[in-house]
Amino acid sequence: MLKDRDRIFTNLYGEQDWRLDAARRRGDWDGTKDLILKGREWLVQQIKDSGLRGRGGAGFPTGLKWSFMPKKADGGPVYLVVNADESEPGTCKDREILRHEPHKLLEGIVLAGAAMGCTHCYIYVRGEFVREAQVLEAAVAEAYEAGLLGKNACGSGYDIEVVVHRGAGAYICGEETGLLESLEGKKGQPRLKPPFPAAVGLYGRPTTVNNVETIAVVPTILRRGAGWFAGLGRPNNTGTKIFCISGHVNHPCTVEEEMGIPLKELLERHAGGVRGGWDNLLAVIPGGSSVPLIPKAVCETVLMDFDSLREVQSGLGTAGVIVMDRSTDIVRAIARLSKFYMHESCGQCTPCREGTGWLWRMLERLAEGRGEIEEIDLLWDVSKQIEGHTICALGDAAAWPVQGLIRHFRDELERRILERKMRRAA
Amino acid sequence: MSPKEPRKPHGAIAPDVERFAFTPENLEKAKAVIARYPEGRQASAVLPLLHLAQDQHGGWLPQAALDYVAELLSMPRIKVYEVASFYDMFHLEPTAPIKVRVCTTTPCWLCGAEEVLKACREVLGCEVGENSPDGRFFLREFECLGACANAPVMWIGEDYFEDLDYERTKAVLEAIKRGERPKPGPQSGRRGSMPAGGKTTLLDLD
Repeated sequence: MLKDRDRIFTNLYGEQDWRLDAARRRGDWDGTKDLILKGREWLVQQIKDSGLRGRGGAGFPTGLKWSFMPKKADGGPVYLVVNADESEPGTCKDREILRHEPHKLLEGIVLAGAAMGCTHCYIYVRGEFVREAQVLEAAVAEAYEAGLLGKNACGSGYDIEVVVHRGAGAYICGEETGLLESLEGKKGQPRLKPPFPAAVGLYGRPTTVNNVETIAVVPTILRRGAGWFAGLGRPNNTGTKIFCISGHVNHPCTVEEEMGIPLKELLERHAGGVRGGWDNLLAVIPGGSSVPLIPKAVCETVLMDFDSLREVQSGLGTAGVIVMDRSTDIVRAIARLSKFYMHESCGQCTPCREGTGWLWRMLERLAEGRGEIEEIDLLWDVSKQIEGHTICALGDAAAWPVQGLIRHFRDELERRILERKMRRAA
Repeated sequence: MSPKEPRKPHGAIAPDVERFAFTPENLEKAKAVIARYPEGRQASAVLPLLHLAQDQHGGWLPQAALDYVAELLSMPRIKVYEVASFYDMFHLEPTAPIKVRVCTTTPCWLCGAEEVLKACREVLGCEVGENSPDGRFFLREFECLGACANAPVMWIGEDYFEDLDYERTKAVLEAIKRGERPKPGPQSGRRGSMPAGGKTTLLDLD
């Protein structure tokens, strides 16, 4: 288990005050100026060496992403956009950072901004997080007041303006180019890539979009050293991670743990175990709603990191762990996710716009056993025609939970169809 | 699920209007918001300004408000209509001022969101997608609210009410009906998203 001294988010539960004084006592904003003065190259190299991978779901290496930004300033604005549009079902980690550790995020913005030569930062907070946005805005105000943000941030000579921007309820704005569209005052419909945001982003200018957790761990990595972070977890899957555990466990919670902790240990040590005992477990969605579920047999041994979960045809995603015990109607649980994707599809690409609704209606039918066995194959086939055929990953995200269901619970789908047929025959 | 036709404005529901303008105070706020974005990029302020307009008008946006925001931001009206109809938080038909939004996405559904909805229907006296008969509440389902470790969750006004069940939901809604302000957050009494059995981490810190 991760030792408390290696935890980054020491105020995860809001036991202490979020304000600047208390944050400083927790170690935030300590020596920020010296870190900035080490220069862009050093900052980017440290993050590369730490092995940090994006915490928003895709797991792209953060240092590498930063290195795509233009090295020389052309005098125009360069943007850092923080994605705080947390809305992946099962995920509630950025919320804790926004309301309990806002200064970790703000210090991370200054350091990440300095590493990429950013002149401005917009923090895009989902519209529903009204209270969280209020805390964040107050934190921004006190950081400006203390000279930590704005002109000559932290006395380093580096300038960065930080603005909190509120969304208005659209999952798709968590997709980075959908977010940029929304920030420009449009519908949040994702852009075709390339060009990538590092070349043409917000207002057509170079932009990096990073998740809240990704940015908030940066100051601690830089203070304690890339080697410290890289020493936690496994190669290519380093550091600590905030896990959100929901569903059928005795004590749902968020908790920061070492990357690569066994799933079983995560649930038993921190979430009080599966409701009714481990043997009552049916399946787990390990990384937010977009990743395929894994059945109990896989849950026994799997490690919670990017590569381990990919090996079992799932993913770490956002590390939103949704636990389902044997009382769960697994078909309805996945059907409800299909309904979610139908609701949240932006409507731009036909396979997603039409396909997500089709998946939902099909699963609603199959949940009652209304259908033919061959239709399970048809469902698989259609999900494959959505996957990879859309501008953004929402199409994939809608297809994968359905594929996971068929992969591991085909028996259950067939049983319902056959039982209904027998009932009707009788 | 397509919400039913909202009932005709009545009671506390703000009426439709032919003209809309920010109050002097809100106009100041709007100008401050617009100033946060680069020159010529004032369209970026459209979401914050629509929020402001909706709050001013009692919880929904008449077309006059959309047109007003369009003019203020020098945007074509259709662009503002597109935005207003794209995002879930904007209401374009007369709805009651107090929005009761129940999360029913899988993590909340697994933990009893149906019971929360049932309590809402009973206390408010309306179905999902409807205004309550007294015109004070509008009930709707909402997609994932991002507080899954505290499921099931509902969102009223600016606050989340978490760790709900049938009885706790009733208690919260009845208190609001009486004009009280029940304490938001986990109704179980636990702190934030700490495990209910006591924390398992952060034990060694002073």
